[in-house]
Parts: sequence; structure tokens; C-alpha cells
Amino acid sequence: MAMSIKRAFRVWQRHLTVYRRLYKSSLALNFIEPVLYLVALGLGLGAFVKEINGTPYIKFIAPGIVASSAMFAASYECTYGTYVRMTYQKTFDAILATPVGMHDLTMGELLWGATKSTLYGTIIITVISLFGLVDSPLLILAIPLLFVSGMIFAEISIIFTAMVPGIDSFNYFFTLVMTPMFLFSGIFFPLDSLPRAVSAIAFFTPLYHMVNILRAFASGQVMNVAGDAAWLVTAMFVLAPLPFILLKKRVTK
Amino acid sequence: MEIVKAVGLTKYYRHLKAVDGIDLEIHRGECFGLLGPNGAGKTTAMNIICCVMPPSSGSVQVFGMDTTRHASGIKARLGVMPQDNNLDPDLSVTENLVVYARYFDITGRRARDRAAELLHFVDLADKAGVKTTDLSGGMKRRLLLARSLINRPSLLVLDEPTTGLDPHSRHDVWHKLATIKAADTTLLLTTHYMEEARMLCDRVAIMDSGRIVAVDTPSHLMELHGGDLETVYMKLTGRRLRETWQ
Repeated sequence: MAMSIKRAFRVWQRHLTVYRRLYKSSLALNFIEPVLYLVALGLGLGAFVKEINGTPYIKFIAPGIVASSAMFAASYECTYGTYVRMTYQKTFDAILATPVGMHDLTMGELLWGATKSTLYGTIIITVISLFGLVDSPLLILAIPLLFVSGMIFAEISIIFTAMVPGIDSFNYFFTLVMTPMFLFSGIFFPLDSLPRAVSAIAFFTPLYHMVNILRAFASGQVMNVAGDAAWLVTAMFVLAPLPFILLKKRVTK
Repeated sequence: MEIVKAVGLTKYYRHLKAVDGIDLEIHRGECFGLLGPNGAGKTTAMNIICCVMPPSSGSVQVFGMDTTRHASGIKARLGVMPQDNNLDPDLSVTENLVVYARYFDITGRRARDRAAELLHFVDLADKAGVKTTDLSGGMKRRLLLARSLINRPSLLVLDEPTTGLDPHSRHDVWHKLATIKAADTTLLLTTHYMEEARMLCDRVAIMDSGRIVAVDTPSHLMELHGGDLETVYMKLTGRRLRETWQ
């Protein structure tokens, strides 16, 4: 498989240039939603739930909101964003007429999705830190892992993007895959309170592991999450071939 | 050495044979036209030459390199002006060129200078900071032409360069293409405008249902078959070209 990181970087650079034109509108929107969750659930529901495992409720969900923001950033980018570039805007056609090849292009899409994921996750880390919801500065060390989970969500999204018949199909992806993952990955309640089957399924979602990692880093207990980190790195490499194969099949026929 | 050499080039889309065993040679410095209606296989043939899709069978060499094995090397020396507008709608005219230049590793000052030079060439210097969505159809086409020249290509490939343009804009583009050709760039274009082929092309290949039915100079074809290119086309394929216009 011929792929050049330099040419992938050129694609990434194009996305960054465009993003710098548009970030004012999109950044605000992506920032408002997680804050709404924090306020509505953390304060609203938190008034009744008080504590989970000795942690105030808003503090319990805050690291999870970082993980989910990062997840949605990569997922929106590599579904709707990639699809628009592939079909409506014909950006792919323009890029593929240059020395950039299909695999370089796919790598550029993945790297950009992971970059946005890291960026949005980091912004929410800043927000929850300012709200005083973080006990340990070690949370900063979780940022590289945001990039890893960002790659995984970008990969999953590209796999889906390569297979959908049309842009409306992303509704299925978000309603049937992303939203259940968002709700059942331990962000809002510990999974050991649920039937064993649910927590067993959660183990196979990347979000669950990222939530564990961020929660541990935010409280300063980093040693417990080596297994989760290993899971994420493994998943990133295991999934990696699929977006390249499927997107190439879709684009070059 | 030929700039493009295709042998037995064939492309299937599932069971549809879009290109049916064509042989083709394009010489350095000439303007070569692929002439035919929509669905004749022109764009498919061109996409294979541009290394964007692999042939089902047969082979194409561009600059003496195989398109399936040396795509990046070939594309570095290729300019492509697509039929559809695929400019970046969120970027300005200049940014479109600068971003595109980066794919060819032309960066920074060099990219900005080249962009300015090309905008001057296509008479868009006064539109440098404008968003591409605010350009007229003719201006977009000229910007696409400028973009295709960013890497000083040895071979410029144009897919229906003037389709949908008004006569004035069309002559504008023809004039630019004549200038480019005079600077020793080889041109490959598809068209279904007879006049365009006659005006620009040294040789044309007439395509019908995935096959090449004739390759010759426009004037020799007209001598052989009588009348203008339109008549030639009808005699060779039994069809009028205009009926298939969209």
C-alpha cells in the first residue's frame, strides 16, 4: 500500500486552511453542547444524585463529556465532512488530480478527524478545569490518548462513509451507533449498576475506555488505566486497513 | 517518446464496457482532441490517463511511465482541468491556488508568486481576494484553468473546457489555450463542440461507444469524408453529435 505521510499532511493542511476560515461558527457550536450537558445534567440531575462512588455528580460526568465531545468531533468530521468533500464539493477529485493518491487522501482525512477530536477534547478539558471539576493536572497527559481515540472514531466514521448510499444514512449511524455509545459508556452512570450484558458490550466500544482513562487522569489515578490505553492503541491499528480499502473502492471504482 | 501511449485500453463498469480496447498515441507539443457525445468513453479514457482509475485491461504510459505503477510521478507533471467545478467554496481565489500548489510541494512565497502570476494570465488578478462562490461561470472556469497550470505541467488535460460557457467566455478560454500550447505544453482535451476541435486540435480521435473510429487531423478528416467535422462525425458513427448534447 503506497502512502506518503508528507502527501497526507498536505491534505491535512488543506483542511486546516479551510477550518481557519470557518472555525468561528463551528467551534462555538461544538463548545455549547457539552457545556449544556454539564450544566443540565451535572447541576440539574446532580441536585438529586449528589454523589457517585464518593464523587460529586458533575465531577463524575465531566471527564466523560470530554471524551464524548472528542468522539463527536471526529465522527461529524469524517462522516458529513468527508462525505461532502467526496461528493458535493468534489474536493477529492481535485486532490486526486495532484500527486496525492487515494491512500494519502484517506490518511489525511483520518489525521484531520483525529486532530479535531484532540482539539475539541482539549477545549473541554480547559472548560472543566476552569469550572473546578478536575482534581489532578495529570489530565493533560491524556491529550495524546485523545488523538488515539480520535483516530478510532475517524476510522469507524470513514468506514461508514465509504459504504453509505447517501448523506441521509448518517442518521442511522448517529442514532443507532453513536448515541447508544454516548449513553452507555459510563459517562452518566457507572456500568456495574446495569445488567452484565450491557457492560460486556460497553467493553467493546472505544468510548468506554476513553471515559475510564479521562476519569482516572482527572482524579490522578493513572495506573489503573493501562489496560484501557492498550485497548485503544490495539483497536486503532486493527481497524486501520478498513478505511483505506473501503474508501478507495468507493472513490476509484 | 510519446507523451501518452495507450495500448488495448479497456474499462468495464460492472458489465458496461465504457472503453473498448482503444490504442492512442499523443505526441509532444500537439493538441489532441477526444471527440464524441456523452457516454462515448471520453471522460473514462481521460481519467485512466490521469491515473485516477485503473484500466480493466490494457495499459497506458504517460511520459514513458505506467499509470498504475507511477501515478504520483506522472501526476506531478500533469495539469488537469475538470469538467465540474471542484474549487474550494470556502476559500478565496488566491487561497484556492495556494492550497493546490502545496499538493505539488510548492509552498510559501513561491506558491503566492505563482498564484499571482496565473491570476494575471487568466485575467482574474482583481478577483484575488474574492470567494469562489461569488465568481461567474466563466471566471470559475478560468480559475480552474489557472489551477491546472500551477505546477507548470508538461501535459495539460482538459475535460470539456468550454461546456456551458457563453460564446465570449468560450473564445476567452480558447485564446488562453492557444497561448499555453505555444509554450510547448502538450494538450489533451475532450469536447463535443466541433468548432472547438477544429480551432484547437492538431489531431482528433472520434469516439463512439467506447471505441475510436478515426484518428486524424481535422482538415484531413474533412477532406476524406467531405463537409465539416459535424458531417464527418455523422458519416463515421451514423449519428448526429448535436442530438446528444445535454
